[in-house]
Amino acid sequence: MKSIVMTWGICFGLMAVLCQSGMGADQKFSSGSTDPIVQYIDEQIQKTWDENEVKPSPVADDAEWVRRVHLDVVGHVPAGQVVDEFLRDKNPAKRSQLIETLLADPGYVRNFTTYWTNTLIGRVTPEKTNRPALEKFLRESFAKNRPWNEIAYDLLSAEGRFDENGAVNYLLAQLQLNPNSEEYVVEATAKTARIFLGLQVQCTQCHNHPFNDWKQNQFWEFNSFFRQMRREDYEKYNPATGRMDDDYSELLHRDFDGPVYYETRAGLMLVAYPKYFGTEVDPGSETNRRLELAKSITRDDSNKWLARAMVNRMWGHYFAYGFTRPIDDMGPHNPPSHPELLDRLTDEFVTSGYDLKQLSRWICNSEAYNLTSKFNPKNEIDNPANGEVPLFSHMYVKPLQVEQLFDSLLVATEADTAIRDGGASGNYERRQMQQQNWTEQFLRIFGNDEEEPTLYSGTIPQALLMMNGPLVRTAISGEKGSYLYTVMTNPAYKKDPERIRALYLAALGRGPTSTEIKGLQSMMARYPDRLSAFQDLYWALLNSNEFIVNH
Amino acid sequence: MFQQGMTRRHFMSHAALGSAAVLGATEFLHHLQLNAAEVSKNRKACILVWLGGGAPTIDMWDLKPGSKNGGEFKPISTAGDLQICEHLPSIAKQMDSLSVVRSMSTREADHARGTYFMHTGFVPNPTVVHPTFGSVVSYELGTKRKELEIPAFVSIGGGGMSPGFLGMSHAPFTVDAGGRIQNADMAGVDPNRLGARLSMLETIEDGFIKSNRGGAGQAHKDVYSKAVNLMRSQQMQAFKIDSEKPEVREAYGRGGFGDSLLMARRLVEVGVPFVEVNTLGGWDLHNDVFNTLKTQRLPQLDKGIAALTADLKERGMLNDTVVVCMGEFGRTPRINQNVGRDHWATSWSVLIGGGGLKSGVAIGETDEDGTRIVGDSYLPSDLWSTVAYALKIPLDTVHTSKRGRPMKIAGGGQPIKGLIG
Repeated sequence: MKSIVMTWGICFGLMAVLCQSGMGADQKFSSGSTDPIVQYIDEQIQKTWDENEVKPSPVADDAEWVRRVHLDVVGHVPAGQVVDEFLRDKNPAKRSQLIETLLADPGYVRNFTTYWTNTLIGRVTPEKTNRPALEKFLRESFAKNRPWNEIAYDLLSAEGRFDENGAVNYLLAQLQLNPNSEEYVVEATAKTARIFLGLQVQCTQCHNHPFNDWKQNQFWEFNSFFRQMRREDYEKYNPATGRMDDDYSELLHRDFDGPVYYETRAGLMLVAYPKYFGTEVDPGSETNRRLELAKSITRDDSNKWLARAMVNRMWGHYFAYGFTRPIDDMGPHNPPSHPELLDRLTDEFVTSGYDLKQLSRWICNSEAYNLTSKFNPKNEIDNPANGEVPLFSHMYVKPLQVEQLFDSLLVATEADTAIRDGGASGNYERRQMQQQNWTEQFLRIFGNDEEEPTLYSGTIPQALLMMNGPLVRTAISGEKGSYLYTVMTNPAYKKDPERIRALYLAALGRGPTSTEIKGLQSMMARYPDRLSAFQDLYWALLNSNEFIVNH
Repeated sequence: MFQQGMTRRHFMSHAALGSAAVLGATEFLHHLQLNAAEVSKNRKACILVWLGGGAPTIDMWDLKPGSKNGGEFKPISTAGDLQICEHLPSIAKQMDSLSVVRSMSTREADHARGTYFMHTGFVPNPTVVHPTFGSVVSYELGTKRKELEIPAFVSIGGGGMSPGFLGMSHAPFTVDAGGRIQNADMAGVDPNRLGARLSMLETIEDGFIKSNRGGAGQAHKDVYSKAVNLMRSQQMQAFKIDSEKPEVREAYGRGGFGDSLLMARRLVEVGVPFVEVNTLGGWDLHNDVFNTLKTQRLPQLDKGIAALTADLKERGMLNDTVVVCMGEFGRTPRINQNVGRDHWATSWSVLIGGGGLKSGVAIGETDEDGTRIVGDSYLPSDLWSTVAYALKIPLDTVHTSKRGRPMKIAGGGQPIKGLIG
């Protein structure tokens, strides 16, 4: 009986794929969403296709898309049975429904907590910074879908102990120098402008930038907002070692008023008062400058830099490229590729109350996000990897981030179901710590380049790690409870092609092609035992180019 | 994979120097026919021996007898035209093959900043990560050595320096002093299965490549083929110093540092153009400097460097292999109350030799107390330019940072005149 169900499952899956790919090019795509803003995105993107005389690639088939949307929204590949169910689902609105499901999934919270922790303090935790507390702050914020401007307000204005108020860890992480140094808050200045406003100002610390409208005085005006803070580190006696250990750190208010002084390249000493674009703030000691800055950025900014930077960043998250390159360099010297669309999305994002899920929803339901990653003869010029301006006429291939790779290996192999589902059973932090340990170990191999967030960048040690390292080795061991074990022992899988398909679904989110099945089966027939044959097949799937990228 | 830092100008300068362009057709054919041994003879390389913590070079290469800063050690004569520390007697015998630059003045006296400056030739800058010089050599020379199946930049002992904007494919390939490489074998799985695994992998990968989604699929396949070549390569034997005769190992000194230098020689022999050895640390001698040097650091350094120099010479490799020995800075001429020396970047020395550079000489000088340089002083950019010159990497090479800024090789320094004479 079971085998009949299975066979029908495969048939439905195939039908669903055929329906998708059979959709005519002139038939208007719909994910099922009827949101006018999604339609606006589609119109604007279509406009640049027409202007550049490119034809978009077809809509991605369900298998390609279901894997992509999982990686982007919840940070890992879908489990085999999830793929299977999605392929079978005949509801025409199933894509928009899946987007809703994923936005409500705990994986969404985890994925964006990881993304923002890495963005705010880097993958390697700076000294005397409480990463778990920052993660907790972000996790709670994303779980409640707090408005982005409120989250940003907290991060910029926070004070207190690094364990009690996790938000202070963003600024604490930037305060690594001697508090008496003139450079003490330089890092906080540059990072805040870059991350929250999408403006690169670090070069203007020392000189007016040749291609940037932001001048040296603006750097120091912005810098002066951060002068009323300092970190305080506490130690405690450790009776076991007889030494003083780090206990906790605090972000405190420090008295400061008046101007800051800076030197031009010509050696001229100048002064700067706190000023955020047009908004000047009383430089007296009564003013809480950081609070004023937080208000200006998150509530009163007519330029909407905070919203604009977030829209660009999220667009970049989903498409690999934003409207500017890099996504966090949006100054007037670097005009966006789709200015009207960026403006409109910025306005709508503000109107929505800085609703992060809504922003993701608009992007994921758009036609561009639903296209295949395959080029076609009419859009070969749309290749940002060659330096071209992105037209979003097909999806761009993204290498997996280290964390996505880790989580995907866990999902694809069920190597540790308990850890993966930690959120439900309350050991979320244990899981985060394991991931963190693993990530730090991997950073040596994967690099930690802030300019280009860490990816599978294709080095020999990375390949060796995937080929022979402990994680893949465990994944293919076939131990009881692992996915491979299930596939090998569950009577639902009657024949080898079904087992091969199950491994394909888990690793690549698609079934094998008939050519693949044929080739693989003849190779597998030469094995003395079936377990080794399937182990090696799974090894090959997890080591493949198709697994290591999000397309 | 495409090369990230290649500029058009850079490409043109390389094309112009390509052998076919300068040699006639017959000569070119003849050039191709040279046997492998002949080719390997002219392969340039650099071994950087890193003295982490900052070595007290005033007690090693530039002694100040008679000064209050002079310390406990006496200078001795050497086979070269200069004197060095009495506790480096074996190196003294090799000094006709080595030189000392006594006029390094390098500004950065903080460990992290000094380490960065001395490795890259650039002062740290928050807007860009510069490549450590080993990555530069990997990029310039390693990519041209098609016969090389193992990485072009090996770091024995590690140390965490970055390839910066040249990208992770030029990152140091790190091994420990035992030559162990993480994940380079199949950990208990029958190695015969590798072939079968790779056939299945090819089936899957080729399908993805043919699906026309850009270059990532092919790039991945290329890296895997390099990784497999490495796993199967005979050149991996270079990491296995066990095969050396006991007397050779004895000569280098038993222990991590001697083993590392021996491995470095073996790696250069198979064609690796840059090896960094970072297995003799503990030079941050704020306390008890003389005792520690005399009984621990200097005997190891002496034995190892002397053996390496002699061995390279004997094998006819010294003329093509630059040896540089230094840390992130020198140490204060003034001796502190703990009989130690503190950080000092104003006037200090570097040992350098081989690669056809002028040998047996001291370049530059410090005043009688060692606190000031008399005459010209040199920066790390000058030192690395000297190395680039010896490795025949054009000094007008320009790389491009990820933000499109042009970056002169080795920080745009000038080769040290007294060494290239």
